[in-house]
Amino acid sequence: MIPELGHFALIAALLVAVLQLLLPAWGVYRRDRRLMATAASAAQTQFLLILTSYLCLTWAFVSRDWSLAYVAANSHSDLPLAYRISAVWGAHEGSMLLWVLMLSAWGAAVSVFNRRLPPDLAATTLAVLGAVGIGFLLFILLTSNPFTVNFPVPDNGRDLNPLLQDPGLVIHPPMLYMGYVGFSVAFAFALAALISGRLDAAWARWTRPWTTTAWLFLTGGITLGSWWAYHELGWGGWWFWDPVENASFMPWLVGTALIHSLAVTEKRGQLKAWTVLLAILAFALSLLGTFLVRSGVLVSVHAFATDPARGIFILSFLAAVLGIAFVLYAWRAPRFVSEGELALFSREGLLLLNNVFLVTAAAAVLLGTLYPLLAEAFNLGKVSVGPPYFNMVFLPLTAPLAVLIGFASSVGWKRARVAEVFRRARLPLLAALIGGALLPLLLGHRLLIPAVAGGVLALWMLLTSVQELWRRVRARREAWAGLTQIPRAVWGMSLAHAGLGVWVLGVTFVSLYSIEQDVRLGPGQTAELAGYAFRFDGIVPRPGPNYDADHAQVQIEHEGRPVASLQPEKRLYRATRQVMTEAAVDHTPLRDLYVALGEPIDKNNAGGDWALRLYYKPMMRLVWWGGVLMALGGLIAVSDRRYRLARVASTQPLSSQVPA
Amino acid sequence: MRLRYLVPVALLLGLLVLLGIGLRHDPREVPSPLIGKPAPALSLAVLGREGSLLKTEDLKGRPVLVNYFASWCAACVDEHPFLMQLAAKGVEIIGVDYKDTPEDVQAWLARHGNPYRTVISDPQGSAGLDWGVYGAPETFVLDAQGTIVYKQIGAMNERVWEDRIAQHFGSRP
Repeated sequence: MIPELGHFALIAALLVAVLQLLLPAWGVYRRDRRLMATAASAAQTQFLLILTSYLCLTWAFVSRDWSLAYVAANSHSDLPLAYRISAVWGAHEGSMLLWVLMLSAWGAAVSVFNRRLPPDLAATTLAVLGAVGIGFLLFILLTSNPFTVNFPVPDNGRDLNPLLQDPGLVIHPPMLYMGYVGFSVAFAFALAALISGRLDAAWARWTRPWTTTAWLFLTGGITLGSWWAYHELGWGGWWFWDPVENASFMPWLVGTALIHSLAVTEKRGQLKAWTVLLAILAFALSLLGTFLVRSGVLVSVHAFATDPARGIFILSFLAAVLGIAFVLYAWRAPRFVSEGELALFSREGLLLLNNVFLVTAAAAVLLGTLYPLLAEAFNLGKVSVGPPYFNMVFLPLTAPLAVLIGFASSVGWKRARVAEVFRRARLPLLAALIGGALLPLLLGHRLLIPAVAGGVLALWMLLTSVQELWRRVRARREAWAGLTQIPRAVWGMSLAHAGLGVWVLGVTFVSLYSIEQDVRLGPGQTAELAGYAFRFDGIVPRPGPNYDADHAQVQIEHEGRPVASLQPEKRLYRATRQVMTEAAVDHTPLRDLYVALGEPIDKNNAGGDWALRLYYKPMMRLVWWGGVLMALGGLIAVSDRRYRLARVASTQPLSSQVPA
Repeated sequence: MRLRYLVPVALLLGLLVLLGIGLRHDPREVPSPLIGKPAPALSLAVLGREGSLLKTEDLKGRPVLVNYFASWCAACVDEHPFLMQLAAKGVEIIGVDYKDTPEDVQAWLARHGNPYRTVISDPQGSAGLDWGVYGAPETFVLDAQGTIVYKQIGAMNERVWEDRIAQHFGSRP
């Protein structure tokens, strides 16, 4: 009964989405305020219906309803409750349902928070979101219905993919999707601007918090995904340039560019057409990511069950949505005229440069991701581009960005004075140069040129961000007053930029100074790595709720003092018969010690020698702390009171008239 | 309308064509270094016939499919009905039960049907290692000389059969 309710709610949501597109569109065309106002109620109704559907599917998982094919394929009676709830998004069908749930949640949020927007702009925005919703709901109902019934009903489920049975994965996809899907709001705003032909500072101010919110979720999602891969895949890697990772990284790069170009559009009335294009592109890349992951066009470690019918559907949807958006852009964007000239040595000039680098980086990632397809289309044979390509093109594109960030706050709008900028840059530059050169030595590493370069760039970003806050505090007589007077937008920017600095520091050290070793150890034997002694104390069998584990004890000592005791595991999941490696990690901000259990040397003697993989990874944590700081910066920037005030202040002049 | 505003549309068209082509190809067709080489040595116990071994020599003399499968493998259930059809048409399929137990696979075959002329057990996956198997299901096509002429990674289906494999079985099936 409950699954049928869920299925029914989903169909009803589709009908509501159709209304959400047609009624407001008709209202805008006829300039009928009441018809425009239906958009908000439709968006909220659609959200409630999809939420109902989602809860029904969750209930089916919680109550172990094997009569649903999707539940039977992705759950098991021994699966713990938390994973039964997260298993809803453990495979294609359910994750698409989560996707539309979030899409409708964003729509409902727009309808609630943007009541003060000019009614035609609000109505058009929601109608566009309705149209996107129609596409995804049809996709679910026609090709990937999670409510398909299984007959005969199996005795038990086939269990959730063991890779996904990890706390990191409980939150990673929802966060990532929030980000992905969130760019649909910026997209809808961009289309509304194109349709209405109006794009002013107020439009940019409304779009900014939505974009930043989507971006901060995406940042958090990518960071979590990286953290999850590090702990769960057992390779000690944290980023693999896998198509699925790239699919989330490209919208992130373009979204980052969008945040910055929106600032220029708001403050200076420039780069208008470019901003609209970025808003479309960010969402386009999110859609493309969905296509790549779910159509089976590219092979990835995140293999979703693939089906050509799905691929054709998403491709047609992609063609329709982006085709309309880009044609609208070609038709209407030429009328968005910039106000005044753009001087290169000014904040807007540097932001434009930042955009160029970010978009080029995104294009490079796109090219690398699609290269296997290109090669195949032109019969160059099956190839995989792989990390060497990405690392090679990515470094030269991001290093200039790091340099630019240091000037983020010292270069003013319009036209900056070179002498003033360099006077302020002197101190952090000197400190970054010295610090960058000393850092590897202080941590007891060899002096490598790339490490010094990375360290200098990282410190440069960190110090200039702190300098800006410090300068603002100093401007006041009392430190506390100064601290509280700093606008949240400035806090957000400084934190995000400092976060990037922290991230660069982490990436530099972990990629240059990591040490890994494969060792064969018997119980009681010890291996040395980077001055740490790893003693293997043998294996005990330990059953978990739905798996059997070989549970190892590893004691780590440094200069005779005990440092940590780690318990890596090798788990055999009973239902799927899959083997998973649970790596164990001891971490401080300065280094990770990572132990992954390999195979027993003699298959029949688990009490004998084992193969173990040991890693020493300096500053690994900083990679994720950097991501967390960036997301936190986004959060603080969004909460700036400017956006709340702006919404109230801008209602009067704009909403009194409805232009064509 | 200025021309540069049309650039995104043009790029989109190119991308769509590319993705459309991509959809028609199968990314799992990774070339195997074993193609064109004789099948690696094999000597495994035949399921259900105690003490009887199947060797590589037994595969020569006619084209055969060697299908790595397992009872724990979800994609194997997907390709299974098609294998049943092939078997009904007289195609000889040798099943290699990969990293599995005899009890589980017997139950699995009883439940879904048995398309295999012979099933051999590779409980440790050691034969799979020699054959370069990434995971189940994988299907090797062997010609009458025992040479590997094609390898399919992932589930087998009608299209792959028609396009890539049927020719090696002559006009018979």
